[in-house]
Order: sequence, then C-alpha cells, then structure tokens
Amino acid sequence: MKSKVGDHAQSVDNVVTLVTSPGPRIDSEAHLVATLKALPGVDAVGVEARVAKLATRSIKTSAKKEALDLALSMVDLTTLEGADTFQKVRSLCTKAMLPDPRDASVPSVAAVCVYPDLVALAKDVVKGSSVKVASVATAFPSGRASMKVKLADVEEAVSAGADEIDMVIDRGAFLSGQLGRVYEEIVAVKEACGTAHLKVILETGELVTYDNVRKASWLAMLAGADFIKTSTGKVSVSATRPVALVMLEAVRDFADVYGQKIGVKVAGGIRTSKDAIRYLVLVNETAGSAWLSPDLFRFGASSLLNDLLMQRQKLASGVYVRSDEFSVD
Amino acid sequence: MSSTPPSSKLGSLDYAPALESKSSATIAAHYGLFIEGAFREASSSQSFSSINPATEEELTTISQANAADVDAAVASARKAYDSVWSKMPGAERGKYLYRIARIIQERSRELAVVETLDNGKPIRESRDVDVPTAAAHFFYYAGWADKLEHAGFGPSPRPLGVAGQIVPWNFPLLMAAWKLAPALATGNTCVLKPAETTSLSAMVLADILQQADLPPGVVNIITGDGSTGAALVAHPGVDKIAFTGSTGVGRQIQRSLATTTKHVTLELGGKGANIVFDDAPLDETVEGIIDGIFFNQGHVCCAGSRLLVQESIADDILARLLRRVDQLRVGDPMDKNTDVGAINSAEQLERIRVLANAGDEEGATRYTSSCELPKKGFWFAPTVFSNVAQTHRIAREEIFGPVLSVLTFRTPEEAIAKANNTTYGLACGVWSEKGSRTLWAAQRLRAGVVWANTYNRFDPTSPFGGVRESGFGREGGRHGLEGYLDV
Repeated sequence: MKSKVGDHAQSVDNVVTLVTSPGPRIDSEAHLVATLKALPGVDAVGVEARVAKLATRSIKTSAKKEALDLALSMVDLTTLEGADTFQKVRSLCTKAMLPDPRDASVPSVAAVCVYPDLVALAKDVVKGSSVKVASVATAFPSGRASMKVKLADVEEAVSAGADEIDMVIDRGAFLSGQLGRVYEEIVAVKEACGTAHLKVILETGELVTYDNVRKASWLAMLAGADFIKTSTGKVSVSATRPVALVMLEAVRDFADVYGQKIGVKVAGGIRTSKDAIRYLVLVNETAGSAWLSPDLFRFGASSLLNDLLMQRQKLASGVYVRSDEFSVD
Repeated sequence: MSSTPPSSKLGSLDYAPALESKSSATIAAHYGLFIEGAFREASSSQSFSSINPATEEELTTISQANAADVDAAVASARKAYDSVWSKMPGAERGKYLYRIARIIQERSRELAVVETLDNGKPIRESRDVDVPTAAAHFFYYAGWADKLEHAGFGPSPRPLGVAGQIVPWNFPLLMAAWKLAPALATGNTCVLKPAETTSLSAMVLADILQQADLPPGVVNIITGDGSTGAALVAHPGVDKIAFTGSTGVGRQIQRSLATTTKHVTLELGGKGANIVFDDAPLDETVEGIIDGIFFNQGHVCCAGSRLLVQESIADDILARLLRRVDQLRVGDPMDKNTDVGAINSAEQLERIRVLANAGDEEGATRYTSSCELPKKGFWFAPTVFSNVAQTHRIAREEIFGPVLSVLTFRTPEEAIAKANNTTYGLACGVWSEKGSRTLWAAQRLRAGVVWANTYNRFDPTSPFGGVRESGFGREGGRHGLEGYLDV
C-alpha cells in the first residue's frame, strides 16, 4: 500500500525544471528581490513552539556519548578579543588539536577562529593536523568599512593561510533594502577567498525578525556562501535555537532546489553541552543526518569545549571532575 | 514494555531509549468506586480489567458500577449539595479548587505515568499537555468561584444541583478536569463516570480529592461500561448531564433526556478542516498539520483530520508533510522521545482499519509512515491519504485515529464550501500570513473553534465546543460557567 512521495503528482510530464538549469542563479537586483520576496513567511509563534518541543528530546547514554563527540568535532574554537596574545592563540591551537591530553579518544575540534593578524601563527601551530584555521574578516564585527578595506582584510587573511573566512554582511544595507549591494559584497568576498571556505555572518541579532533571517540566509546562499553563520558574538543577542531552526530550514530547502548543501554555524552564547545537544537535535530533525558533520555544522564557541569535555568525562566515569582539570584556553 | 526503540529515519543521531520511570506511580491491584469520599466495592462485586494498550498487559481491575451504585453516588452528591457545598461561600469553594490544582501539580509525574500506561499516549504529551492543562483548569475556575455575580449571568447565579459527567478515553484526566472544575466552582456536586478503558487517572484524582479534604460526596466517581453511563443519564436525581464522546452516544443521551427537565451539554465528534492558503508560513504549517492529526494518535474530537490545501502549493506541502510523517517516532509511549503512541483499544484500532481500508477501496492514495510498529499492543502507523474526494468516507466520517485525508481547493470560496460540507462543526484551522484572509475565512466557517496559524491549542480561558452534530454548550472560559448555572 506504500507509495512514494511523488505519487500524488497528477501529470509528471508537465514538470518543468527551471531552477537546476546551469548559469547564474541571480541575474539582476530585481531578480534577487523577487526571489527573496517569494520565500514563504515565518510564523514566529510556530517556530518557537517547534523549538520548545524539540528541546524536550531526551538524549541519554549511548546517544549522549555520540552527540558529545559529534559536538566536539564541530567546534570552531574561538578567540576574538583585542587582548588576544600570541601565547593565548598558541595554547588555543594546541588545545584544538588535542582537547584532552590525557584522553586520545577525544576528537580534535573542527577549527580555530582568530583575527587575521593571528592567522599565520595559528596556521603554524596546527600544521599537519586536521584542525582548520578560520579568520574573521571584512571589518569584523561591524562590517562598517569600504569594500576596498574589506577585500584587503580578506586577502590578508587568505594569504596568511586561512582555510576559512568568516565575513560579516552589511546589516545596514540589508535592513535599508539594498539587497543587491549585500549580494555583490558576498560575491566579491567569495572571489577574494579563492579556495578558502566562506562563512557569511548574518548577525541575526540585528536582523531581528525570522523573516529577515530567512531572507538573509537565501541571499547569502545565492551569492555563494559555503556556510551561513548566525552571529559575531559581539552584539547582545547571539545565536538562538529558533533562528538556527529557520536557517536549517533554509539550507535544507536550498539543497532541495539547487542540489547543493550549505553549512550552518551557530555562534555566540553556546556554553553548555545541554545547549549544544539541543542544537544537534534541531539539525537532526530539520536538515537531517547529512548535516551532522563538521563539514556542514559548526559551533562557534570557546567555553563550550570544556563543558563538553567535562560531560564526556562524567559519562565515562560516572563522576564530575573539578573544572580546573581542564585548561582555561 | 516493547523493547523496540522508536524509529526515526532522519538523522544518524540515534536516540537511545529514554524511558520514564514507572516507579513514580503505584497502581493498586484493584480499585473500587469513590462514593461519599471513600472507596467502596460495587454492590454486585463485579469488576473489569484495565489494560495497557501498548503491551496488552493488565494494569489493574476496576469495579463495575450498576444502577444501585449509581443511585448511591447520586444520593451522596445530593446530600453533599444540600448540606455543604451549595451553602459554602464561593471564596471557600475556590480554596478547595486551588488546593486540588496544586496537588495535581505536585503529583504531576505520577499522573502523567498513570495516564500514559492506561491510555497509550506518549509520556511527553501526558507530561507536557494533559496534566499541566488539567491543573490550569482547576486554577482558572478556582478564580471564578467567588466572582460569579460578575460573570454576566445575573446578580446571584444559582448552581443546578447534581451534575452527572461522562468523560471519554482520549484525555481522561484533562476531560475530568474540564468537567469538574467549572461544576465545583459554580457550587454543583458531581458524579463523574470515566471511560471504561481509562479509569485509572480518575482513581488517582479521587485520592487527590481526599488529600485536598474535599467534603465527602462533593465529587463521586463511578466506573463501568456504557450501562453505568446510561444509568447515570437516566437517574431522576441528576439535574445536569455533561457528556463528551461520540455523536452516536450523544444522540442517545439527548433522546433519553428529551422528556425530562435535566440540563445537558454535549461535546461530540468532529471532522475538522485544516485550510492552507498559498501564502501560509510553510514550515510552521506542516508542523501544525502534524500536530492537528497526529497529536494523541489522532484521538482528538477536534483533530484536523481533513487537510484542505490550495492547489498551487499542494505538491510542495504534501512532499514536506510526508517527509515529516516519516520522521515521527512511533513506539513505546513511556519513551520520552516518542511522538506517536498506542491506539487506545482493539476496538478503536479495528474502526480505524475499517475506515482506512475504505479509503483504499474508494481510490484515495495511501501513504504509510515507514516506522516499525511494536509486535504487542494496538498500533496504527501514521497515514496520509491524498487524492481524496469530498464524497469519500475518509473525508466525511470521523476516524479518530492517525489518518489524514488531503483534499485541494482552488479558490477561497471553494475552501469554505468544502470545509463546511460536513455534518460536524467542532474545529477548523486557517493557515495564511494574510490577516484579512484569515478573518474572512473564520467568519464563514461553521465551527465552534477556528484556529489561525496553529492547531489543537487549549487554554482554560478560551471556550471550547461545537455546533451541529459536534454538540452544544461550551467548556472553558467564562462561557464554561453557563452550563453549570441556572440561567
């Protein structure tokens, strides 16, 4: 009695494939605006209700172990302070490769994330490991600089060896309706990235509405983002699970239309394993298993790593160790 | 318990079994009738067994009340009405209701476990919906108890007397709360008759009423099959019958009360239409459709069992819906990650099967969730019928199970015409980002409840009830007081 999803289609031969045809996805600002305008709206109450429901998933025992290791492998271990020192970055990179020196079964994290001037140092420390070096660029975190300066920022980070670039969008341009300008900036930065992966930070705390988050997500993906990222961590509202849900729906739908999987990075304010696991449940039940990989999902965080290590240790031994058992950087 | 963990096709993150502990609930080997504030055996000494629908194991045995027991319960309620409850100031009645509400909260885990074991619904739902909403109803009506003269029913509205209340098996505790809370707040005394397959949470509730020191006889609980309910309806000492259940039984009740002076309110079946316009918020709409039909295994009188989708987005919605249906975790109701639990009884399972087979025979396209079903117990996989015509039985008859019928419409007028083309009129949903369209549709739908961009939301402050063959009378809100007042 089972039928396939497509069985209901009344006349299959009428299906016209427009979207998968080769060529540029967007050919004018008007086209971009029309495409973004055609996206379905987001019902805020519904999004938050869905997130609250998924937060009741109970991840225990073997599932918890799997989730903790998965989360560890997805961390972009981040330090983005004016006070960052060479020693701090060196320590961070060491920890990224071997988060718990006493336990070799702990996976290394996905990447370290630093300012452009520290890329060369970080690259040197992680050399030969699987840990990538990500650099923020384009006048992070505000994005308030000329295009020339932004591109120079990117080029510097790339030439220093950055594997990944975390750019910020011009929120002022987006919110004032200059969607073409935001699009062109992303296209230009993508070109400047060369082979480096591009993460586009939407700074969802400043976009405010879920409709804006959905629109900005599609805009970034259409312009060539490899990842869409929630936040800089520098404004008061950083990553939230409802925002992550909207972005995960966007990457899932984008893959349905264009056959290309874009990653999602949640950043800012994620400090506990419990929180991280709730994000993984969102990924699992929204975008699906294909996204449960550091290639397609990341946590931009710093203190999260120690909590993951502590919970992992607790699961194995049954008791909590004191927090000083793990290094601060 | 079944050892098969609920399956989910989506995701490599396999959720390990997360079973709620049964230790928070102690189920006695046998329960008697709760009359005059104490448990007693049925006069016939007959009892019936109550089973766990997820495993078919016996949970306990329960006394079968006959006409003599009903008589004793009604006499007890009358005595309590005359001597205590009708004379008590509203503020004092309110204190008892607040106390009951708080004890329900305190014993929420126990109640949730009992409800899930007895009914088959997922522990997540009994924990997050049934029990907290039941407590909320007592809290809400506790507040009304001393404010009845401000409720708009005159300066000094009087209670009716003894209320006979018959509740269904789909939300045993919650429906008992819907019935008891307004009746007690307005000064009536009650004889409550739970459904035969789900009496257990009412037994815990009886214990809670004792714990709250509710005066003996204010609430009496009699268990048994349909004959017990019929005896209660026919009893001359009852002033009011409140019934929630099938339209068939509702009709019988109304017929038997036709020559009496008894008051009656009926909350009956439904065939709710969930109408999706092309400007709907798609992802939230899909979740709402899922909630509308698979919440509580579809054992919901107001379930959104008919999906009416605007033609231009029908394929998109259906593809998203089926992907989501495959993701539902069906299995052990005591697992905290279960989305869809067991069908309440073999009888109900058979009814669902018959109607689903009718869907096949009439030419609708069936899609069945790929979930694995446990071997023991009563199970029906989430099912979606597309290409359903308005004439099909699955578009007209209440299935009361996890079966959705999908129809399409082209114009808003057609949506309304199809939605209203039913003998029922309990609930509808409207999905659109356009407020004017939602209001336009809501004005034209013949249903007691219309939800906008949501479905199956219950709040004690909001009246609930049907029109036409879905019954009459309102429960919840200020309106819910009216059914228990002599106005």
